[in-house]
Amino acid sequence: MAKRAAPEVNAGSMADIAFLLLIFFLVTTTIETDSGISRKLPPELDENQPPPPVIKERNLFTVIVNSNDELLVEDEVMQLKDLRAAAVAFLDNGAEDCSYCQGAKAENSSTNPTKAIISLVNNRGTSYKRYIAVQNELVAAYNQLRDREAQSKYGESFVSMEKRYNDPRTSERDKERLKPRLEEIRELYPEKLSEAEPKKN
Amino acid sequence: MSKFNKKKSGDLPAISTASLPDIVFMLLFFFMVATVMRQNTLMVKNNLPTADQVEKLDKKDLIMYIYAGEPVDRYQGTYGTSAKIQLNDKFADVSEIQDFIYQERASKREEVVPFLTTALKVDGESKMGLISDIKQELRSANALKINYVTKKGDAVENN
Repeated sequence: MAKRAAPEVNAGSMADIAFLLLIFFLVTTTIETDSGISRKLPPELDENQPPPPVIKERNLFTVIVNSNDELLVEDEVMQLKDLRAAAVAFLDNGAEDCSYCQGAKAENSSTNPTKAIISLVNNRGTSYKRYIAVQNELVAAYNQLRDREAQSKYGESFVSMEKRYNDPRTSERDKERLKPRLEEIRELYPEKLSEAEPKKN
Repeated sequence: MSKFNKKKSGDLPAISTASLPDIVFMLLFFFMVATVMRQNTLMVKNNLPTADQVEKLDKKDLIMYIYAGEPVDRYQGTYGTSAKIQLNDKFADVSEIQDFIYQERASKREEVVPFLTTALKVDGESKMGLISDIKQELRSANALKINYVTKKGDAVENN
């Protein structure tokens, strides 16, 4: 008796099954990258550390957020939408030897962007989204000024330079060139944002 | 003779699609390997606030996630409605954050430890009290690089 060959399994639908799986994975998976506001926390205080230097009142821009999410900026009630402009005006005031500042050089505002400090005080009852919004506006104020300087110096905004610097696709040579530029702009408008511990009430 | 003539007759042979499954499987495996599934199941509400001055968080392996917010409806019966912290897959107390940071550090290669960032995924409705407690713990654990994860959008309008 001749051996009967086993019938071959039809593999024609294999592609269909694989496609089905492929489409399932394509649809269900999300390649998400998170983005957010980066901050650096101050290191824990040392017991025997020298007391902080005295800061002139005019160099301090106080932002207080209360538990009802209301803003008190330099002892005046302010709407969130005005905060950015106020912070820019304060930082860019440049009353004393600041060649690149374009501010009003007012008597009661900051002397120099390198000395200007923004102090943010929260309440424990402040909502997180209001806190983020305030942070966002203050970062925006710094970015606006840095962008202006970078634009006039190098014809490219600070934010886009920073983005290119952090992009892994940028070549090493470009990065070498960008780094001193970024640092220079950062020195013109250093981000001095101090956060006090939130008040209890 | 007809044996040899047979070949010449007839039209073009059909293109073999036998390798099509292989190609598709290759694509399938690529996607299965390249995509990252969400590691943690969220047990807290996580409606992130919006901001527009954001930086991207690349390098997923260098990020430690801390979630906080109200427990989702399913857990509200057991855990109440006040905002809670979630580390990995379970609710945690503020005091457990330090241990969590040390554990995460230990699980990473030594040379990348200085670059570790803590990403705070906090619900917009939470109160700052909780967040400053978290920040205080992070300071004690010397994990100073943090990132408030936000959605992209206008910060002023949405508040």
